[in-house]
Amino acid sequence: MLEFPRWKVWLIGLVIAAGVLLSIPSLLAGTPYASAWPKWLPQYKISLGLDLAGGSHLLLEADAGDAQKQRLQGMEDSVATELRRDPRIDIGDISTANGRLSFLVRNPTQVDAAVERMRTLTRPVALTGNRDWDVQVVDSTRVVLTPTPTGTAQALKDAMGVARDVVRRRIDPGGTKEITVITEGGNRILVQVPGVEDPEALKKLIGQTARLEFKLVDLSANPQDVQAGRAPPGSQVLPMADGSGAMAVKRRVMVSGDQLTDAKQSFDQDGRPDIDITFNTAGARRFGRVTQENVNKPFAIILDDKILSAPNINEPILGGRAQISGSFTVQSAHDLAVSLASGKLPVKLNVIEERTVGPDLGKDSIHKGVIASLVGTLGVIIFMLVTYGRFGVYANIALVVNAFLILGIMAMFNATLTLPGIAGFILTIGAAVDANVLINERIREEIRRGRRLHDAVDTGYREAMRAIFDANVTHVISAGIMAYFGSGPVRGFAVVLLIGVLTSVFTAVYFTRMLVALWIRRTRPRALHI
Amino acid sequence: MKLLKLVPDHTNLDFMRWRNLALILSLIATVASITFTVYRGLNLGVDFVGGQLVRVTFAQPIDVEKLRTEVDSMHLGEASIQEFGGPRTFQIRLPKPAGGDAAANVAATRVKQMIATDYRGAKVDSVDTVSGKVSEELAADSAKAIALAMIGIALYIWFRFEWQFGVGALLTLAHDVAMTLGFFAFTRLQVDLNVVAAFLTIVGYSLNDTVVIYDRIRENLRKYRKMAILPLLNLSLNETLARTVVTSFTVLIALGVLMLIGPEVIFGLAIAIFLGVVIGTYSSIYISAPVLVWLGVEPDSFLKGDEKDSAEPQAV
Repeated sequence: MLEFPRWKVWLIGLVIAAGVLLSIPSLLAGTPYASAWPKWLPQYKISLGLDLAGGSHLLLEADAGDAQKQRLQGMEDSVATELRRDPRIDIGDISTANGRLSFLVRNPTQVDAAVERMRTLTRPVALTGNRDWDVQVVDSTRVVLTPTPTGTAQALKDAMGVARDVVRRRIDPGGTKEITVITEGGNRILVQVPGVEDPEALKKLIGQTARLEFKLVDLSANPQDVQAGRAPPGSQVLPMADGSGAMAVKRRVMVSGDQLTDAKQSFDQDGRPDIDITFNTAGARRFGRVTQENVNKPFAIILDDKILSAPNINEPILGGRAQISGSFTVQSAHDLAVSLASGKLPVKLNVIEERTVGPDLGKDSIHKGVIASLVGTLGVIIFMLVTYGRFGVYANIALVVNAFLILGIMAMFNATLTLPGIAGFILTIGAAVDANVLINERIREEIRRGRRLHDAVDTGYREAMRAIFDANVTHVISAGIMAYFGSGPVRGFAVVLLIGVLTSVFTAVYFTRMLVALWIRRTRPRALHI
Repeated sequence: MKLLKLVPDHTNLDFMRWRNLALILSLIATVASITFTVYRGLNLGVDFVGGQLVRVTFAQPIDVEKLRTEVDSMHLGEASIQEFGGPRTFQIRLPKPAGGDAAANVAATRVKQMIATDYRGAKVDSVDTVSGKVSEELAADSAKAIALAMIGIALYIWFRFEWQFGVGALLTLAHDVAMTLGFFAFTRLQVDLNVVAAFLTIVGYSLNDTVVIYDRIRENLRKYRKMAILPLLNLSLNETLARTVVTSFTVLIALGVLMLIGPEVIFGLAIAIFLGVVIGTYSSIYISAPVLVWLGVEPDSFLKGDEKDSAEPQAV
């Protein structure tokens, strides 16, 4: 073991130098010296978890019922549009009850044609060989569209992807903040926003589906029927957003929020907050045509199935611009504008977990964590020194190098340090010297047995290696399982433990062996003081 | 310089002489821990039962009873208030609202507003809201993770040593985890996600000593084929005693510092691992080793496996 080739010495030195260089930017972060670090050196930094940096963590879950409802509504719109095209097929009694879309074909000779055209609306689900909807005919004139399970799953997956982007745009319209928005486990979205102390505003932004629709008010409806919740065929009863009763509106959508290009908070002539919206070309044309055909009739502005207001069409609106009024505050108008501009959420999201940490608690935790790390390391260093003398010094050098390597590797992978991660760091410091303890105790033992110095050191390292290896594998198993199952902070703990296991084997075994070998070669000691 | 030796050279303690007594004590302690955990229950945090946890630091020392009355008068359900770390820092725990998860955050928001108006300069350090669904998942995942880690490590020990060692490792782990659980049930310390991380760490680290001792037992089984099993275990334990004590000591120095001056939020984690290390040191001597005797390990038990073992490369 005393032959330690020069290239190995260089290699070990290089690894250590890299570790130290990589760890320095993270250590300097937040101190006045941070700017003194030369630009041409590595700039990798460890990021701080929310429990240290402060901020809000929200876990959102898709509302499965709402997802289904929105999908049925979307299909209903497509069906209506498709069958209105030439050759037109008249249908009636549209129903979305029991999770299925069904309608009557008025002319029995057109049933087959209707089914054929329905089939063109369904699509194959990638790789499964199934289509996303089942089309059936019941009672010879009723066409029933049932979502298939694979279709529903695919739709949810697509919806989650869109929802993730919409959530990101709503929280961070400028795209400049360091926020995390990721999908988790198929129907969840994890949102992490550093620095936000009050998540209420965040939740308001995310909590709205923001499905905006313009529909004509059905004036033929009997007010008593509307009160009882009954609407004429082709219409539906929707509640007013301010709770002042309900109104019957045509089912057919004049224009929807999908056709907006922009939405901004503004004020109306009387100085009340409202929202200015701008339609895209197709939306503007359609809005213009419908308003032209319906001058002097009221239309309803509907947000998430609630009527915001139902103004009268005084003149055709041709420029593609309109105002939405309702009982808004400046804040609520602003939030709605942001939501409208970022697109509707394809599925309603519920907050199922929420964690907020204030910035002061985080700072306090870092401060106490750093002090505890330093004191703990110092304690271990003194203890190793008085127990093993020169070999203790080697173990201590390895310990310090180990600390730098852990930080360096974390910085390189831009890993997140959490509060439990600091505990993991301290634990690793305490446990890392175990390898040296094993080796040194074995060397002591071999010397007591009368082995010569070289032989004792050699045997010590060799025999201790087995136990070091097995003990570390058990750590890797538990830390690996923790990293897999754990969430946020706990995963941060596991990551530090895993990195610590790897680096401590390198520093405590290979690096100290090099130090011992170089020392023995240089001074050729007669006896070991250990 | 004279070097410190926590354990003198050439110890020859007859550990195995007390093995039956130790077993009875361990058994009693384990059964007591489990009984305690089952009947008294753990003080599970919002992570595992759902609800809300608000941590507040007040500008001045406050009258807890007054705060309690104020929170109670808001009728938010069974709220509990505890000092947390210092005399001005408190945690207020609110149960899951009856109105389902959608209404979950309302309670904490109201408490925050009340504190902002009634206590000038108070700072809300953190708010955790966990719905019933998420807390059930976290609890199930945590239990699964701990069980998987225990089985995984036992299988590894079986693979590296012999089946008797695997069983010994599993029993040792079960003992350590049960004792630590008992401690948490006894002290009513709150069990949150961090404490589960601590349990997983204990599963990994409490076996550290066991692995080292098993390794030495295996080595000695090969070296001294004529020696009876009890003296051989004693020899192995004595040979590794210095290392066992020194390593436990270094880990305890680091964890002790963390416990005493580290951040309050991870006190539970630190004390759990601290305790786990102490229990693990004991059980590596009095559970891991004697189990081998009861499972009938004899000096000639593994002669066939010997060629395989000696051919095995030991470098990592």
